[in-house]
Amino acid sequence: MLEYRVEIALWAISGIIPFFMLNIWTNNNLNESINISDVLLSRYFLCAFFVRQFSVVWVVFSFEEDSLMGKISPYLIQPLNPFFRYFAQHLAEQITRFPFALLIAFFFFIFNPDSIWIPNLGILLLSIVSTFLSFLIQFLIQSIVACLCFWTEKASSIERLLFIPTLFLSGLLAPVVSFPAYVKSWIYFTPFPYLIDFPANLLSGNETNISGGFSMQILWIFLLFPLFKKIWSEGTKKYTAMGS
Amino acid sequence: MNLRKYLKVYKKFIHTSLASELEYKTNILVDLVTAILSLIGSIFLLSIFFQNNGYIGGWEFEQALIIQAIYTILNGITNTWFNPNLTEIVKHIREGTLDFVLLKPIDSQFFISLKKLNPSGFLEIMLGILLLFFCIRINQINLNLSFLTLSLITISCSICILYSLWFFISTSTIWFVKTWNAIEVLRSFLYIGRFPLNSFSLSLRIFFSIFIPIAFITTIPSEVFLGDSQLWKILLEVIVATLFLITSRKFWLFALKFYSSASS
Repeated sequence: MLEYRVEIALWAISGIIPFFMLNIWTNNNLNESINISDVLLSRYFLCAFFVRQFSVVWVVFSFEEDSLMGKISPYLIQPLNPFFRYFAQHLAEQITRFPFALLIAFFFFIFNPDSIWIPNLGILLLSIVSTFLSFLIQFLIQSIVACLCFWTEKASSIERLLFIPTLFLSGLLAPVVSFPAYVKSWIYFTPFPYLIDFPANLLSGNETNISGGFSMQILWIFLLFPLFKKIWSEGTKKYTAMGS
Repeated sequence: MNLRKYLKVYKKFIHTSLASELEYKTNILVDLVTAILSLIGSIFLLSIFFQNNGYIGGWEFEQALIIQAIYTILNGITNTWFNPNLTEIVKHIREGTLDFVLLKPIDSQFFISLKKLNPSGFLEIMLGILLLFFCIRINQINLNLSFLTLSLITISCSICILYSLWFFISTSTIWFVKTWNAIEVLRSFLYIGRFPLNSFSLSLRIFFSIFIPIAFITTIPSEVFLGDSQLWKILLEVIVATLFLITSRKFWLFALKFYSSASS
C-alpha cells in the first residue's frame, strides 16, 4: 500500500468537498437559520470529512474488474469468502490514509484556529466505533450490489446510481438538521443519516441521539448481512467463469 | 490537415462506439435515472441553502438554477466525450497500446480525444437544456440575436476549458502512469461549478479563477443569460479558453517526447 503514497494523498484531497460546502455555509451566514454556531458547523464538516475518509468503500469496482477478468474463479476455490480479501484491502488502505487526513486537518486548523477542540476519550472511542459501523453498512450495501455482477456484468452503474442519495442524504454536503421537515420525517428510517451525519455529530460534539444512532446502525447491519449471504449463495450458483 | 478525411473518420468513431455502447441498454437507462436523481439532489441542496435566505452571493434561487442547468449540460458533455476518451489514455499508456495510436496516419490528439462516445451523456445534456428553457421562462429572459451569440460563445469557451483540464490530467499519465485519483480530484473541484462563484470566500474565489478556472466554466455563461455580464469578463473567458487549448496541444506534443512505450 505504501507504494502508492501519491495516489492515496490525491484520494484524500478528492474528499475535500465538505470544506467547500462549509465555505458556502459560513460565507453566507446560512448557519444562523439552523441554530448552529460557526465553530460547531466547521467542526461538523471536518468530522464529516474524517468519517468519509474512513468509511469510503469501492469494493464494487474491484469486484467488477476481477469478475470481468475471470479472477474470481481461483478465489472461489479457496476456503474463504473472497469478500474478506476486499475487506482486508479496505482496512489496510484506511490505515495508510490516516496521516494524510491528519495533515489536511492540520491545515484546516491553521485556517480556522477557533475550531480547535479535543473530544474526550469516551466520545472519541464511540465515534470510531460508529465510523466503523458506517463503513460496515456501506461495505455490505456495495457487496450486495457487487454480487449483481453475476447477473449483469456491469454493476458499477448501479453503484453510481446508489451513490447519489448517499451523497445528498448522508450529511456530507449539508448536516441533516438543516433538511426541510418533509425530508426529516422519513430520513431517519433510511440508512443514510447513519453513514456520515451521526458519527460526525458524535465526534464534533453536536447534538445527537447516541443510543438511537447506534441501534439503527446495528439494525441495518443485521438486515443487510443475511441479504448479502443470500445473494452471494444465489450468485455463486449462477456464476459461470468468463469465456466458458 | 484534411478536414473531409477527419470528418469521415469521426463518423466511423461515432458508429463504432454507439454500436458497442448499445450492447448495454439497461446501463443507459440506469445512467439516465442517475442523471435525473443527481439533478434533483443538487436542486434539493440548493433549496436548503435558500430556505431561509433570499440571496446566496447575490444570486436568487431562480438565477442559481441557471447555473445548475449549465452545469448539467457541461457534465453531460463530460460524460459523453471527455470521460470515456480520456480515461482511455490512461489505459493506453499503462498497457503500451499508445504505440498503435501514434503509428496511425492521423493526428494522435484527435484520435485519442474523440475515439469513444457514451450515448447516455446525451440524455443528461437534454435534461440540462430542458432546465435551461425552464429557467429562461421563469427569469423572463428575452431571446435576441446578440444574447444567443454571446451565450453560445461563452458556453463553447467553457467546453474548451473543461476539455483542456481533462486533457492535462490525462496527459500527465505519461509521467505518473496512474492518475485515476488525479481525475477524482478534478471531479471534486469541478463540483464547485454547481454554485455561484460569489458564494465562496475571497481566497477560494481567487483560487478558482486563477489556478483552476472553474469560475469561468459556469458562472460567466450564467451571467450572460441573466444579461448582467460585463464585456471584459466574456473577453477574458475567450482568452483563457484559447490559452488553455493551445497549451493543451503543446503539452501533449511535449509529453509525447517522454513517452517510452511499454517495457522499453
